[in-house]
Amino acid sequence: MISQLPALQVVIPLIGAPLCIILRRGALPWLVALLASWVALAMAATLLSQVGDGEVISYAVGGWLAPLGIEYRIDVLNAYMMLLVAGTSSIVLPFAYKSVAKEIPEEKHYLFYSGFLLMLTGLLGMAITGDAFNVFVFIEISSLSSYAMIAMGRDRRALSAAFTYLVMGTVGATFFLIGVGLIYAVTGTLNMADLADRLPPIYESRTVLAAFAFISVGILLKLALFPLHLWLPNAYTYAPSVVTAFLAATATKVALYLLLRFGYTVFGADFVFDIVPSSQVLLALALVGVVVASTVAIFQNDVKRLLAYSSVAQVGYIVLGISYANVTGLTASIVHIFNHAATKGALFLAMGCIAYAAGACRLESFAGLGKRMPMTMAAFVIGGLSLIGVPLTAGFVSKWYLVLGALEKGWWPVAVVILATSLLAAVYVWRVVEVAYFRDPPAEGPVLSDPPFALLAPTWILTGACVYFGIETSLSVGFAEQAALFLMGGS
Amino acid sequence: MKHHLIPRVVAKLTIPGILLFALYVQFHGDYGPGGGFQAGVIFGAGFILYGLIFGLQNLRRVAPPAVTTAFIAIGVLVFAGVGIVSQILGGNYLDYDVLAADPHAGQHIGILVVELGVGITVAAVMITIFVTFAGRER
Amino acid sequence: MEVLGHFNYWIVVVLMMIGFYALIARGNLIKKIVGLNIFQASVFLLFISFGKVTGGSAPIIAEGIEVYSNPLPHVLILTAIVVGVATTALGLALVVRINERYGTIEETEIAQMDGES
Repeated sequence: MISQLPALQVVIPLIGAPLCIILRRGALPWLVALLASWVALAMAATLLSQVGDGEVISYAVGGWLAPLGIEYRIDVLNAYMMLLVAGTSSIVLPFAYKSVAKEIPEEKHYLFYSGFLLMLTGLLGMAITGDAFNVFVFIEISSLSSYAMIAMGRDRRALSAAFTYLVMGTVGATFFLIGVGLIYAVTGTLNMADLADRLPPIYESRTVLAAFAFISVGILLKLALFPLHLWLPNAYTYAPSVVTAFLAATATKVALYLLLRFGYTVFGADFVFDIVPSSQVLLALALVGVVVASTVAIFQNDVKRLLAYSSVAQVGYIVLGISYANVTGLTASIVHIFNHAATKGALFLAMGCIAYAAGACRLESFAGLGKRMPMTMAAFVIGGLSLIGVPLTAGFVSKWYLVLGALEKGWWPVAVVILATSLLAAVYVWRVVEVAYFRDPPAEGPVLSDPPFALLAPTWILTGACVYFGIETSLSVGFAEQAALFLMGGS
Repeated sequence: MKHHLIPRVVAKLTIPGILLFALYVQFHGDYGPGGGFQAGVIFGAGFILYGLIFGLQNLRRVAPPAVTTAFIAIGVLVFAGVGIVSQILGGNYLDYDVLAADPHAGQHIGILVVELGVGITVAAVMITIFVTFAGRER
Repeated sequence: MEVLGHFNYWIVVVLMMIGFYALIARGNLIKKIVGLNIFQASVFLLFISFGKVTGGSAPIIAEGIEVYSNPLPHVLILTAIVVGVATTALGLALVVRINERYGTIEETEIAQMDGES
């Protein structure tokens, strides 16, 4: 059974999706989704425990051995990502029961949960596979289902947001496909480990350079690095709350994992940082992205949109850590992948609670919510503190390592920018806090109160995670450091 | 379109041929161009032609939406199920060698069933897409 | 001649640019989807061109043929074609619904209506 886990990790959610379509009555689709997600979480945790000591699990799909067959290759970085994805979905799904019941018409519930499981399958598959073309297939599975899920939002702008995301996402995936085709043409293999062996002799050839360019642009579009982030604000703002929370915590993170995997394992750090000036390019784009996105976030009137721009900025931080090309920077990035997922997950779940109670997420509707919905706003405040990077929250740990990595390289202006943009984050978090706590609730209108326990519990689990992983960092930083050393050492 | 005689007669003559050709392409995928996706599209095209000539009502009668939706799910389950059966019989996921006593026969059986699953799903999806698009009121 | 020898790659580049231009420059949503399709079709041509082995025939086992073209790109592109079909179907479904909710499928008008609300 244990040896079959890699395949089952992807297959169980995949089987859950058609089951949701067949069993469409009542709460059954939700139950199937919840069970599939929890089983996937258990499997991801088991796999992580098995690779925690530098081991690599290799699984040949169909019995065809690598490098001819498709190989699922699990090391500490993959397993970490799968735990993140499965964990997020397991926490978001209990939240979904009531949130989806309110936001989406009942006859579409079974389609919602089926689409959700397909997104989960796609993301888990992207993380686990060791074959370059298989990555493309899973990218498209997760992307297509997320376009459909985003389009389920109530506002009609969800439709145009989904369409824009569809067009941009497909262009990105097609660029990725072109890149994979080019490296296949020049090496004859699609297996990542085999590519790592065959690429070094031909590093200087134009084909490999072009392939790297195409693959990285495709992946950078998926992870919404400035200036390829244009799809993200609209998509996150108008999607249903559950979808936003899940996507914000997982979709861009798995794309970041792909960047690391293709950069370090397939192409190799020598190529990526010495032959191609990736460090400078990523540094420039990341810094501009962080500054611009944080600034734009300050002027938003819709809180979900504010958080979406904040996500673009946080992705900038993660790419910044990657651009350092040292172990501390890489550790910072991987730990921030985890911390940001917890933070943004908590924040968007809090937004889901507010959408459940108030129906809207505009800044004006937040007036007086500090008194009316104390538990929800408290969760929002803690999440906001983690975004800023206040000590004792998870965000602080990531920023600490980021600044440390910058100082290690002697790039103290970068450290200054990181601290300055944290102040910008403080500004936009304060905007929301000020309206919620220091303004009186409107005289007329419905009386709002805290949402039911089923919605608050997942929000507070993630908020608690923000605080827990800010204090007790041995797990998150431990695994991140292991993964960083594995990537930099093994390449 | 029912009123036009020539399309009606031609459709009545060709639709069975289209469906039969779809089955041929489905099972011939082992030895030549073909396989699940192509066969599914051709099969769906036969139904779509029926819907175009004889009207959406008749198409809904012949291929009820509940049935096509169920078939979408069933096809995926067949494909995934073959992999699970392989795992139960001792091999890796989708390892066709273990499906029969002789690995060669196992490969044949595996591919056949898997492509059947794909064909079912694709045909059902094509019909569903057509019915959904055509059924929306202007 | 080198240039004429790479004829199929020139076609790929031309198609890719036509598709990409239609995608970016046209405001009508259906034209964008058409552009996306042309763009993807050019990528399929690229892959299949890679698979051709000089002097090889179609990768189907037949009597008396010894050199076959590489079948792997064909299989990869089958998958990619299915993905393209699914993307087109989803895009068109979105356009139908956008038309119902907005009354138009011109991107500029939709952006204007979005800006107002």
